[in-house]
Amino acid sequence: MEKLILRRVDRNNEEMLLNFGPQHPSTHGVLNFLVETDGEVMKKAIPDIGYLHRSLEKIGEMVGYPGFMPYTDRIDYVAAMFANEGYALAVEKLLKLAVPKRAQYLRAISCELCRIASHLVSVGTMATDIGAVTPLLHAIREREAVNDLIEALCGARLTYNYHRIGGVAYDAPTGWKDKVLAFLDHFDSLIQEWDRLISFNEVYIKRLANVAVITREDAVSYGLVGPNLRGSGMDWDLRRDLPYGAYPDFKFDVPVGRGFRGVSGDAFDRYYVRVLEMAESSRIVRQALEKLPEGEIAAKVPRKVKPEPGEAISRVESARGEMAYYVVSDGTERAYRVRARTGSFLAMGIIEKISRGLMIADLVALIASLDVVAPETDR
Amino acid sequence: MAQNDSPSRKRGSRLVLAITVAIAVGLPAALFGAVLVLLPLTQRPMMDAFIREQLGRDPATWSPTQLVYAGAMLLVGLVVFGFASIAGGIFSWYERRVAGRIQSRIGPNRVGAGGFLQWIADAVKLLFKEDLVPAEADSVLFRAAPYFVVTGFLLAFVAMPFGESLVAADLGVGIFFVSSVTALIVVGILISGWASNSKWALFGGMRSAAQVISYEIPAGIAIMTPVLMAGTLSMQGIIRAQGGFPWEWFIFRNPAAFVAAFIFFTSQLAEGNRTPFDLPEAESELVAGYLSEYSGFRFALYFLVEWGNLWVMSAVSVTLFLGGWQIPGVGEAAYAAARGAGTFPAAAWWALQVGSLAVFVLKTLTLVNVIIWIRWTLPRVRVDQMMNLCWKYLVPGAFACFVFTLAWQILVGRVPAVDLATGILLSAGAAVLLVLFAKQTRDNIRAVAGTKIDLSNW
Repeated sequence: MEKLILRRVDRNNEEMLLNFGPQHPSTHGVLNFLVETDGEVMKKAIPDIGYLHRSLEKIGEMVGYPGFMPYTDRIDYVAAMFANEGYALAVEKLLKLAVPKRAQYLRAISCELCRIASHLVSVGTMATDIGAVTPLLHAIREREAVNDLIEALCGARLTYNYHRIGGVAYDAPTGWKDKVLAFLDHFDSLIQEWDRLISFNEVYIKRLANVAVITREDAVSYGLVGPNLRGSGMDWDLRRDLPYGAYPDFKFDVPVGRGFRGVSGDAFDRYYVRVLEMAESSRIVRQALEKLPEGEIAAKVPRKVKPEPGEAISRVESARGEMAYYVVSDGTERAYRVRARTGSFLAMGIIEKISRGLMIADLVALIASLDVVAPETDR
Repeated sequence: MAQNDSPSRKRGSRLVLAITVAIAVGLPAALFGAVLVLLPLTQRPMMDAFIREQLGRDPATWSPTQLVYAGAMLLVGLVVFGFASIAGGIFSWYERRVAGRIQSRIGPNRVGAGGFLQWIADAVKLLFKEDLVPAEADSVLFRAAPYFVVTGFLLAFVAMPFGESLVAADLGVGIFFVSSVTALIVVGILISGWASNSKWALFGGMRSAAQVISYEIPAGIAIMTPVLMAGTLSMQGIIRAQGGFPWEWFIFRNPAAFVAAFIFFTSQLAEGNRTPFDLPEAESELVAGYLSEYSGFRFALYFLVEWGNLWVMSAVSVTLFLGGWQIPGVGEAAYAAARGAGTFPAAAWWALQVGSLAVFVLKTLTLVNVIIWIRWTLPRVRVDQMMNLCWKYLVPGAFACFVFTLAWQILVGRVPAVDLATGILLSAGAAVLLVLFAKQTRDNIRAVAGTKIDLSNW
């Protein structure tokens, strides 16, 4: 594999092959980019992934249906809630289970809180990668509050393992609703603070606007998903267009990159779409808390989960875009095949094309704006 | 909690507080005391008087005179070296504390009260670290590079004024000397970038060379503005041409000088590798740039220079544009009158020196604060943007300021009333800007203060 990649880098004496990673402050995990540079300007950057491969899909074939749920946390530990939900939805389709309304609402609430936490990390590290360290710390501070809320809900702060096949693990504790609302009141004003702090900083805009532009056609043909796709002007959000769970009950807008400060599809659009999405997530959580129905939090699931032979695909709108699970059952207690399709992996594909002619500093902006999380790439 | 309140714990914390206060007060007091006493006393007329009156010899014919001079030089060197390194150390602690406040965290608070002794602990730790030279590095150059950097930095203190008579050597080419020797730093950085034999270090070194050499030009031209106004290159001469009140400072004496001051300050930031121009060591891009392969004491030397440079940048800006050590309302005649007729100056003169030192230190620390704020507020510019800013805006801008100042000096500078009116107008405008800035900051804080939630009991 290594040789194969090296062959793709045509080297003569004018150029330098730079290993951008696997240990590098801006690769957001163990990622490597083989960067072919001529001084500060790159010829291209080739992502070299696989450093974090943990055979999670194979494990899914070994441990049984409910047993795989904690492993899904590790697929994307920055936004573990979506990985939970996607897997649960797929198995529920196999089992033809109906999830209680309250469980669906709790799933939506937990996922949207998780989206806020994940986007806070994304926009914070984006600012750090551009050289402003301060915003990251402010983002992490707010993420701690979200983590506190999720901890109160499910006892974990990072790898939640909250969703279950047929519902969720725990009901919302007493008084939790008020805490969430108090946080959201605080958080809505924080988004404006965030804009003052960094978003519309002139240097920041100069670094991001018109940089690493992904056209709408490219975004679609390379299969980008989520904020990366919407940042390129493609108005597509699974929560609205192919709704699942409780999402049909909520009113929310889908932010789309319109060229907020440069052209549509530049790094700033992808960044700012995430900032706007945090506000929309806050709206969804408010509505869900208001309408939260009473009832069961999980459907009756047999102790031994043994679906009929067949296959199921679930799609959820994760913080990093569409996350799909493909689960095949052969009628035993263990899945015949579990496959996860993740946003970060899809985003890696376009880096080689977009990185041509960028500067090294722009590669950092590109990686950060695609919001790549290394474990999600490799699984 | 019970453990925290136990008597032994209390006694321990009181001891820590005492040690910290002793060092926090004693160290600067000793330093500034040495600067205050040794710098004037080691001037040549004073040494001559000392030899003549205390030793009873004629300095012109007594052969060991040169030895006495050399001893005095050594003392001055030690004072300056000590001041530079300890200032760098204390700034490293101060910057981290300020950064902590800005980033809504605490910052170093373990070693000594308020973490004040952290910089000593860091320095000692770095001294004990393994002295590592990468196998593939050019070991001679790799070892030599930090000394270029430190030499360039320390030499700047030779001409650096601290007060009316407090300067190691009031060189006739003062500001020219300072900007020349600080350029030596880039030689060290370039060497370290090459000698490390690491691609990241090479990138850092090349960026640094491009950046510092480019920004020398607008800085050099911006320096010409106060030099034109003062008619001298000497640091003390430039300060003497200004006055104590804001409208007597060069920055407010004509509109072009106001612009030139900002051009100079920006260029200084770039030369000192401070954000938004910290490209040579851009962590998120180049890991640690030219520093990537350094560890232990050599690493400590780079960081000493990085933080010590805060003082150099600020002090030079204060000297050139902000009136230096001039105490408001105290003219040159006051110093001469207070000195008295004796060989050694009278007490009133020493009091004035203390005053001028205090004014200078106060102004310099204010600028140090500004530099730290900028670092923790702004993102980093890109290489091409950094070059664009320099060559498209700062260099022509500095030239325009230079020409404007020239015309101003010839046409209106000689009319005292216009000079005074301009000064008052510009300084009043600057005061209004400062008030607006403070108001905006207050509004920004208030905009979110009302919605802060207490997370401590969750």
